[in-house]
Amino acid sequence: MTILDRIPAPGYVAYVIAVVIAFFYTGTLIATIGFALVLGLPLFFMSELPAYATWLEKFGQYIFLLVCTCIFIFLITPVLVIMPLSFNVEPYFTFTEGMLSLDPNAYSTRWYKDIFLFGMNDPDRTEGWWSDMWNNATWVGAALNSFKFAVLSTIVATFFGTLAALGLSRPEMPFRSAITSLLISPMIVPLVITATGMFFFYAKKDVFPFFPDGLINKDLGIILAHATLGVPFVIITVTATLTGFDTSLIRASRSLGANGWTTFRKVIMPLILPGMISGALFAFITSLDEVVAVIFLADVHQVTIPRQMFSGIREQISPTILAVATILVLISIALLATLELLRRRSERLRGLSPG
Amino acid sequence: MKKFLTASLSILALGAVSTAASAEGSITAVSWGGAYTKSQVKAYHEPFTAKTGIKINSVDYSGGIAEVKAQVEAGNVSWDIVDVELSDAVRGCDEGIFEKIDHSTLPAGADGKPAQEDFLPGTLHECAVANIVWSTIYAYDDTKIGDKKPTTMADFFDTKTWAGKRGLRKGPKPNLEFALIADGIAAKDVYAELAKPEAIDRAFAKLATIKGDVVWWEAGAQPPQLLADGEVLMTTAYNGRIFNAVAAENKPFVIVWDGQVWDIDLWAIPKGAPNKDKALQFLKFSTETEQLANQAKYIAYGPARLSSAPLVGKYEDGKIDMGPQMPTAPANLTNAVQNDFEWWADNQDALNERFNAWLAQ
Amino acid sequence: MTDVTASGVPGEITTTDGVPLKTSLARATRRQRLQALVLVLPLLLFLLVAFVLPIGEMLFRSVYSPVGSNVLPNFSKVIQEWDGEDLPPESTFEVFVKDMRAARENNEIGKTVGNLATRINYEIPGSRGLFTRSARKLKNITEGPYKEALIGLDKRWENQHIWRTLQRVSHDYTISFYLAALDLKYDANNDIVRADPLYRIYVPIMFKTLWLSALITAICLVIAYPVSYLLATLPLRTSNLLMIMVLLPFWTSLLVRTTAWIAMLQTEGIVNDILVFTQIIPEGSRIQMVYNMTGTIVAMVHILLPFMILPLYSVMKTIPPYYMRAARSLGATGTYSFIKVYFPQTIPGIAAGTLLVFILAIGYYITPALVGGNDGLLISNLIADHIKKTLNWSLGAALGAILLAIVLVFYWLYNKLVGVDNLKFG
Repeated sequence: MTILDRIPAPGYVAYVIAVVIAFFYTGTLIATIGFALVLGLPLFFMSELPAYATWLEKFGQYIFLLVCTCIFIFLITPVLVIMPLSFNVEPYFTFTEGMLSLDPNAYSTRWYKDIFLFGMNDPDRTEGWWSDMWNNATWVGAALNSFKFAVLSTIVATFFGTLAALGLSRPEMPFRSAITSLLISPMIVPLVITATGMFFFYAKKDVFPFFPDGLINKDLGIILAHATLGVPFVIITVTATLTGFDTSLIRASRSLGANGWTTFRKVIMPLILPGMISGALFAFITSLDEVVAVIFLADVHQVTIPRQMFSGIREQISPTILAVATILVLISIALLATLELLRRRSERLRGLSPG
Repeated sequence: MKKFLTASLSILALGAVSTAASAEGSITAVSWGGAYTKSQVKAYHEPFTAKTGIKINSVDYSGGIAEVKAQVEAGNVSWDIVDVELSDAVRGCDEGIFEKIDHSTLPAGADGKPAQEDFLPGTLHECAVANIVWSTIYAYDDTKIGDKKPTTMADFFDTKTWAGKRGLRKGPKPNLEFALIADGIAAKDVYAELAKPEAIDRAFAKLATIKGDVVWWEAGAQPPQLLADGEVLMTTAYNGRIFNAVAAENKPFVIVWDGQVWDIDLWAIPKGAPNKDKALQFLKFSTETEQLANQAKYIAYGPARLSSAPLVGKYEDGKIDMGPQMPTAPANLTNAVQNDFEWWADNQDALNERFNAWLAQ
Repeated sequence: MTDVTASGVPGEITTTDGVPLKTSLARATRRQRLQALVLVLPLLLFLLVAFVLPIGEMLFRSVYSPVGSNVLPNFSKVIQEWDGEDLPPESTFEVFVKDMRAARENNEIGKTVGNLATRINYEIPGSRGLFTRSARKLKNITEGPYKEALIGLDKRWENQHIWRTLQRVSHDYTISFYLAALDLKYDANNDIVRADPLYRIYVPIMFKTLWLSALITAICLVIAYPVSYLLATLPLRTSNLLMIMVLLPFWTSLLVRTTAWIAMLQTEGIVNDILVFTQIIPEGSRIQMVYNMTGTIVAMVHILLPFMILPLYSVMKTIPPYYMRAARSLGATGTYSFIKVYFPQTIPGIAAGTLLVFILAIGYYITPALVGGNDGLLISNLIADHIKKTLNWSLGAALGAILLAIVLVFYWLYNKLVGVDNLKFG
């Protein structure tokens, strides 16, 4: 069935008329194309309605799809729009005339350079440039911190979270719902409360072994905080891969002579690995994105990317923030793609393939 | 996965090395950022490092003693010296957050006068030593204001003659003073007036007349930005920030000195600072006559020492004469008042709540 | 089974080693339960230290304020004997003066006159200077009568209100901060009264937060419902593709999305540009859409929308399409069959999404702080302000405790209606 078949003829005519009117009203090509896309996408997605569907219902479906198109535009535009804006040669957050007419002079990578230069002692010096950049550039330092905290807190969260999920998904688990509620609560309790509590408790002296001065302004404090926030995600994703898990597989493995460790490695691990990795990715992105705990618990030595963005937006908003944001979006896309592949693999493994 | 782990581990190792290396033979000086910190770097930090070899890490903050208090209470202080407002210096000293400083050890003025006599009256404190005099003023963009120029504090509140947005600091200080001055109280009588409870109602009522037109700012770097972007027609600001936008970036901004509320900034050393001795050394060095006078080359804040005043010359470009740009220049003091830190220490908490309640209405 | 051992009761089934099967089963179950528990235990311990104890500490701080007894150790005991009538006796004044003088010498944080002055100033605004100024002059008072000498320094020492407050502050445990958090206070007679209307901020802001969260939740539901329906009914390949458009914002940094909305909504921003370009509004009257309530709502709806779409979608996906077809074939109209057949089956998804979004919205802080302008002041910001700026940590803790209680009520409801096990992403 071709698209043309799906579109009811009067609708098709109306669509063309609407686009022509739009062209004359706005008088520019770009605007007309945008308009045509918004109106046209719903037509593309219109499905064949049952024979008894009335003309009104077909129109209703079109309106419904139009609304959905607008919502999807609402969802995705902000994420996409910052990418071209980050190449603006002017220090503004808006499309200039030159950008709209695709003039190459209106675009530049100066804000990307600025990521490396901002905060350097002497960006013009050639000798020792790299070490200056590595040690002093504000955003580079923030990125190093962000990745350090994210990696370490993810390891902690994934390790504890996976163990706990294995326990929780056992049918014999006592007080399951109470314990699950507790383990999920770091996601539910407002961050500002968690951070306030940590701010008080981590400042305590002589409580934490090896840290007589407490954990405030220490890397470990941030890592603990971020691991706490990542735990619920690991639990949720790993438990999800274990639902519908056939426990007779374990018994089969044991009866075939495998010991507990082998069983875990050969039977359980391959099944939960996708869940573990997606949980870890969630924990990773949570830490990478977290700013409240950093505001409360960190000092200047632990500034992270979101912390730097926060003060940037508050004080002096510059397109450098958009350049950083663009890079972060690309990272998100990479993580999302990984997650999608894992999900498919997991479904295939568990025989849940939706076909 | 293995590769990823090795890569991330090496990032960690590098991160650890880089922080360790920069912490040696250095102190952390905390200040307000932007043009102000830049002037300190030029006038204090660079000569100090050249003289002693001690590096200075410059850190920005937006005021208040909360972070210092948190560090001191946790016994985990990472700041060595902090640039604070007088009210914060007094409160921090009262609460045991700052080290006491023996004034007799401060270097004498260039003319040999002992420090206690050389500093302007009221600028030496038990726990802190003043470096500059600054002021909150209001400013406008000359190209956008029209033919009739505002000259008084009352004009700032006159949104009929000058229709447009106004920038104000998000907080009661010193907006209440401005409101009363605009309402006809002479600047010098403002605090006497504020002692009466009804004066506060009056100030809020005056602020309410422009509430709908206000864009609130929080960091000192914002007001020049707001003016430049055309987001506001007039804004209150720290005079040095506006001066720098004019002098360094050729912005067409004009300062209105009428009704200015001036204050001092001081260096204070948090109790338990990791490099206390070096910090003290830096404090003494930076508040010497010469350094204070030098700072005026880079920003329009007045030196806190009498002996520095005659040395104040021209802006770094060698053109603009800095004397008249200072808050303490006689022409700028015709209707001005010094911020009363004791009144604010008493009333700050309650007024913050009232201000927030008023804002949320 | 014929081989019944001595220990076994005849007729009871035992295992090969002679233990009754029931006992053995119970033991095995117990062992398995223990095993399961051991797996969860490390995380429980971790969260105890990293999460539960900190929140406990916050709750403790909201009622524990030992400033009085720290600064004035002797006076705080003696003042308890005062009956609250007239003024305390001369002997109490003497202890007070001596304690204050000792505190004046003390420079240890938490034990200085300044700390006490700050604490009293919370109760009686404007009294801070009375303490700090008098303390400076106390060295001149070396002998009695102390009462007259103190009142000679400042008339306000004659005021019963000061002494009653000092008596109250001398207790290490206090409810003052909860009172303040509910816009209440003690008056001069030690009665609890409402704060002056001009100074009432916490209760109104709390209601504003709840109201705004409810509004955002409602908007999210209205927007998410059609999208989830579309995703659930489209063929899987198409819906997976569209799902990415939902998940990408979900995976994008909160600060990135907040920045993006500032770029979109500011007066010189893209939305205004489009409106001007299409001549919907004239150039001169660009709409203020950011740094106010509109900005907060738009950005927060965008940020929380995936939390509504995902649970709705996962419920709708399980609804077989032939129910609707059956309804239609039985003669129901489209609308009627939707309301009577489809909608009731989506209620679990609505409950899950609504509660989740509402709970998350109550605690949001970063986005309103950045795009909210004056209207961005929500309860979380006030808490953060008290912790980071004004340093009234106990009040911040009390506000946090109240917010926590509200969130826990909704979390309990969520558990009751939806169950935490049903939380899923993607």
